[in-house]
This record gives sequence, structure tokens and C-alpha cells, in this order.
Amino acid sequence: MEEQTSEKTYRIHLMVCAGTGCVSNNSFAVKDALKEEIKKQGLENEVLVVTTGCNGFCERGPLLVVEPGKIFYQQLTIKDIPHLVEEHFLKGRPVEKLMYSPPEDKTPIPVLNDIAFFKGQVLIALRNRGLIDPEKIDEYIARDGYTGMAKALTEMTAEEVLEEVKQSGLRGRGGGGFPTGLKWEFVRRASTNNGGIKYIVCNGDEGDPGAFMDRSLLEADPHSVIEGMVIGAKAIGAQQGIVYVRNEYPLALKRLNIALDAAREYGLLGENILDSGFDFDIKVTRGAGAFVCGEETALLASIEGRLGEPRPRPPFPAEKGLWGQPTCVNNVETWANIPVIINRGADWYHSIGTETSKGTKVFSLVGKINNTGLVEVPMGISLKEIVYDIGGGIPGGKEFKAVQTGGPSGGCIPKEKIDLPIDYESLSEAGSMMGSGGMVVMDEETCMVDVARYFLSFTQDESCGKCTPCREGTKEMLNILTKITEGKGTEEDLTLLLELAQSIKDSALCGLGNTAPNPVLTTLKYFREEYEAHIKDKKCPAHVCRELNTYTIDEVACVNVGKGCDMCRRNCASDAIVGEKGKAHTVIQDKCIKCGVCYDVCRFGAVKVD
Amino acid sequence: MPKLTLDDLKKLREKARRTTVLREGGDFRAKVTVHMGTCGIAAGARTIMNTFMTEIEEKDIRDVLLTNSGCAGLCSKEPMITVELQGQAPVKYIELTPEKAKDIFDKHVLNGQIVQDYALGIGSEKTDVS
Ligand SMILES: Cc1cc2nc3c(=O)[nH]c(=O)nc-3n(C[C@H](O)[C@H](O)[C@H](O)COP(=O)(O)O)c2cc1C
Ligand code: FES
Repeated sequence: MEEQTSEKTYRIHLMVCAGTGCVSNNSFAVKDALKEEIKKQGLENEVLVVTTGCNGFCERGPLLVVEPGKIFYQQLTIKDIPHLVEEHFLKGRPVEKLMYSPPEDKTPIPVLNDIAFFKGQVLIALRNRGLIDPEKIDEYIARDGYTGMAKALTEMTAEEVLEEVKQSGLRGRGGGGFPTGLKWEFVRRASTNNGGIKYIVCNGDEGDPGAFMDRSLLEADPHSVIEGMVIGAKAIGAQQGIVYVRNEYPLALKRLNIALDAAREYGLLGENILDSGFDFDIKVTRGAGAFVCGEETALLASIEGRLGEPRPRPPFPAEKGLWGQPTCVNNVETWANIPVIINRGADWYHSIGTETSKGTKVFSLVGKINNTGLVEVPMGISLKEIVYDIGGGIPGGKEFKAVQTGGPSGGCIPKEKIDLPIDYESLSEAGSMMGSGGMVVMDEETCMVDVARYFLSFTQDESCGKCTPCREGTKEMLNILTKITEGKGTEEDLTLLLELAQSIKDSALCGLGNTAPNPVLTTLKYFREEYEAHIKDKKCPAHVCRELNTYTIDEVACVNVGKGCDMCRRNCASDAIVGEKGKAHTVIQDKCIKCGVCYDVCRFGAVKVD
Repeated sequence: MPKLTLDDLKKLREKARRTTVLREGGDFRAKVTVHMGTCGIAAGARTIMNTFMTEIEEKDIRDVLLTNSGCAGLCSKEPMITVELQGQAPVKYIELTPEKAKDIFDKHVLNGQIVQDYALGIGSEKTDVS
């Protein structure tokens, strides 16, 4: 079919989410079905279909937002489309059954802004979320895109741009939280050697398990990162930019490349940008997807084509970075904030957030939470608001237990600290960290020892092996944790864990090792009794560590409720259950390998685990 | 597309805003609702819708929101529309033809003069202005 163009006037715009989440839920097929049905009903001159980046509410994908009016449709399938097109777009009657209803009350909420998930959010980095097609530079420009850059290049001196970013209070969103303006100043003041040039790097490695903020940002609004980098280049005096994206992010890479080409064609990258006399261009480097390559010195090594291994700092990249030249490394989200800061001013930005943490932070909210997705919240918002208001609480009426922030380098924050404000300092004081924005919610069925073991096995796997504390120390810690989850731990193990943790923290070469013990330290601090239960009582309170479980069958329930259905015996792979249909069943403990299948298949709650 | 100057960038933004304003919950001066129940469609509501689309497009109008809604409950008087100017009571027009629709667009929507000849009654109800 003939392509629709956004130059024409349409009375309805259908914003179809084409973020990775929705795409994997078939949103492209939904889009095609929409286009086809619109054509069939003769509406192709009235209704425009637009593909956008991640809308945020990935849990409910594939998503469609109808403009004007922000009518929110969710979990669409191809067979919903003909009815939807006829009813809503032709006859003007929105279709309630395709709208979102909160789990606790079944009344559909038609308008996006009225849905709790969206209400508490403040969008700066994600300002164009769901409003533009990321592959159309004109739509970015329509929403004040490249206005900040134009201002920086034609109305401001480099010092003024630098000062504005310093005044804004923006801190790095990639993990460390270093003040961005100050880092820029270091690079600006550093001198190049042997006639080289200064570089700017965008860190899009994003290796934390469960994190997808940077990927979504690059997919949804690549121009905001490009614009931020040009502004940074002006402030710093850099001539070449590099965006480092991991190869597992094909959609982000594709949209970034389309955006770079479009910006070049308009002369917004290249020589003499906007006749300002300023030259700057950006290249893309693909990373192979190693967690350690997110560390800035490893990242730079990888860009140079060397092994992605970290090196000791100082010298910092600001002095000696790419090819020995001063280099400024910032995270994707950090860059995306810059255009707005220049456009709306440092004072405006400074007014959002807390004393020491300004602006907003994007989090990927995952785990045991009703509303999985991508959220952008003002700094200082409480954990409680994120989990209960935006996140919609814990599914299945289960109890909230902890939140893990900061990925493998972060820690677990227990439910007693649910009122904790989200800012750099509060998270650090609680033993965790802001990190790049992964937020994993855990409920009562999560074993904290197992969580610590999971994160440590991740860092142990991803350790580059260059320094001994990280290479050997994390392995030893992992062994101890595994022993504990198998019920073979001793009290001395806890002391040893703490000692190892401290010495790795103090002596590892890079941030990966320095922070690897954090998940263990915070769980030990807040959930020590769980460790002790594993060690002393040989029990896993959450029943996750199966080796510690004992399965029994409640004979009364088995016969009276389940009528001796025999499902457990038939599914037991090790013949550890005796009984016959209609009669009570029992577990022979000696034979039981604790696989838990009987527990899973019993529909009558007769199998008990302790 | 040649390299943009600062001025080109501003012009491009103005032009592109036409597209995105619809998505931004923009402040529309006027709202035209075409009633598109089965009865309305049978009586020719789609031709009326197209007439307004063409008017808006050809005259390059940006502050008028064109939308549709279900049957207005007066099936014998279809095709019908409701015109709402910001801060004023809605006006329903009945038994429309493309010519009448153009007339209403020029006089009422663009110039604020109600076309009494085709109007049903004034201010009996309100549709929500989004
Ligand atoms: C093991 C490790 C992994 C890291 N991974 C990332 C990452 O994926 N993305 C990122 O932006 N920063 C990552 N960092 C932080 C970077 O070293 C660097 O501080 C950051 O990119 C600077 O940008 P910012 O100041 O804008 O946050 C990582 C650090 C460590 C120690
Ligand atoms: S991918 Fe569609 S909402 Fe996130």
C-alpha cells in the first residue's frame, strides 16, 4: 500500500508502540493489520498510523494510543483490529474491552494520563515518549528538537554552555553519579597531545540483567542523544563522537543509524553545523555485550579494537582516553537530558529533584510487580510510590519483600525502608546505589541468599579476570553462597563472606570488582536471619532452595479434597510417592530428590513444603 | 535536502508542528464532531467528514479539531455535526450536504457566525472538548 505521509492532515493519529517489548509481542503485525483495515474501510486519508518507541507500559503490550485524546488500547491482537477500526475510528465509539482496567477494580480507564502507571511520572529524558516516530527527524524537530543545539552553537560560548550544565546539577546516569558539568570541565581544560583531537563517547553498553533504559531511549528517541552530544562537543571542544551500543540491540542500532544519516543530511552533523563554524560528527561502535565493557576504560579499549579490559585510573579518560586523547564518556540517558537543559535553562532543571540529586531518573521496573515497564520519575520520589502507585503493587496479593537497585553492583533495599527517597545519597547510605536504573522487585517468595548468589554468579561470570581479588575472590564467595543454599554452610562462612567482601571491595582493579560484593553485603545486613535459617535450621524460609525443602502430603486433603487424584505419583520421576487413585498418597523421604514436581502439579494444595 | 540554516530549522519546526500538535493535546479553537452512527453513515456522514478534511487541508487550518462520535439520537435528521467554539455553547447542524458543510465551515467554524438555517438548537448538550 502507498505510504502515508505525515505532511498531510489526518484527523486521527494511531501511535503504535514499536519498542522491543511490544515488537516481541507482535506489534508490527498489529500495525500491518491496522493499516490494512483502515484501507479496507476507506479511512486511509483520515487516519495515520505512526510507529513510536517504547511507551513504557511494556507489561500490557502491544499498545496503541489514539490521538487526539490519548485513548489507550492494550494487549491488542490482530483479530481485535477490524472491530476497533470500525467502531472507534469510523463510528467514533471507543472500544472499552480493549482498554486497561486496573487489577483491583475492573472499570476500564480510557485515557492514558488517568492510568496510575503514567500519573506519577515526569518526562525529561523520555520527553518524546510515544509522541514521535523515532525514524522521522522532522517529528523530533517539531517537538523542539535541535533547538537546544541551535542555541548552544549560535547564541552561546562554550564556557556558557559548560556553566549551564554545571548549574543544572545534572549527574551521570550511568552508575557513578559524577557531576556532568565538572567532568566536561576536566575534558575542556585537558590538552590534547601530538596534534590529536578530543573525543566524546556515549556509553550504551547497558549490561545489567533486566535493565533496558538505554536501549529504549536509543530506540525511541535517538536524536535526543545525538543533539546532547553535539552540545557537549561544543562545550568541551571535541570534534569526534562515538556511540557504543551492544550488538544485541539491533533495533537501537538501526534507529540510531537512521537518525545519524538524517542529521547529517540536514547538516546538523558534519562541517559548519548551522553555519556556526562548528564541526562535529558521530560514529557508531558495536560492542560484543560483555558487562565489563560498560566500565569506561574497558569501553575505550574496546572502541580502540583492543581487548575490553579495564585499566587502573588515574589517568582518567578526561586526561587520557581514546588514543591517549582527552575523552568525555557519558551515559545515554545523561546525553538525552542535555538538550532540554540548554533549551529550558539550568534553573528550571535545578528546580526538579532533591538537594543533591537534580532532575529525573529512568528506571526499568521488573520482577514481582504488576506494572512491568519503563518509568521516568523525579529524584526524591519514594520507593513506595514507585512500587505501589506507578508499579501497581505486587501480583497475586503477595507481600513485598525488597527492591534490588543498581544491578549486580547494587544492593537490596528491604521493605522497612520503603519510604526511602530515591536519590544518589539515600541509596548509597542504604548500601545500594542508583546504578544505571535497573529496579528488580522481590516478593515473599524470593530467597535473599539465592538472589545474592544469582548476582554474584553474574559478576563472577563477567569478571574479566585481570585482577586477582575479583577473579578469585568472587569465585570463593560464590562457592560459599552455593554451599549455604545447599544447606552445607557453617557460621564461620558468614564471617569469611564478610571478610572476602571487604577485601575485594578494597583491592579490585575496577568498579566491577569493587561493587560485586554489594548484593551479598546488603542481603547479609538486612536479611541475616535468612542466611542463619539456611545454616542453622537447614531451611530456606522462602522455599526456593529446593535441597532444603521437605515435601509431605496432607492425607486428609489428598483423599477428601483431591479424591486421591494420583497426579503426584504419576509425575514423580524418582518413584518417591506411593498411593493409588482414590487413596491417600505419601512421600518416601529417602527417595525424594526434592524436584518439587508433586507440589507444582497438586491442584488441591495437599502437597506441603517445609 | 540541502544543509539547514538556523532559519530553515525554525521553518521546518513550524511546518512539522502541524503533524505533532494533534498528539500534544493542543489547544484547539474549534471542534467539529461528525456523527457517525450507522444511520449517519447511511445518510452520507462520510462525505461530510471528507468535506471537512478537504477544507482543513486546503485552507491549511491548524486550530480546528475534527472528530467523530456515535449516533446523536436523531436518526431522521442525519447527517449531523456539532460545532463547538472554545468558550461557546455547542451548535448542532442537521440534514447536511457537502455545500452546507462548506458554508458552515466558512461562516461558523472560521468566522464565528452561526448558520441559523441549518442549525438544530443551541447549547442543549456538550461533548467533551479534548
Ligand atoms: C562494571 C561496570 C559496568 C558499567 N556499565 C555501564 C553501562 O553499561 N553503562 C554506562 O553508562 N555506564 C556504565 N558504567 C559506568 C562507566 O564506567 C562510566 O562511569 C559512565 O559511563 C560515565 O557516564 P555518566 O557520568 O554519564 O554516568 C559501568 C561501570 C562499571 C564499573
Ligand atoms: S515496548 Fe511497548 S511499551 Fe515498552
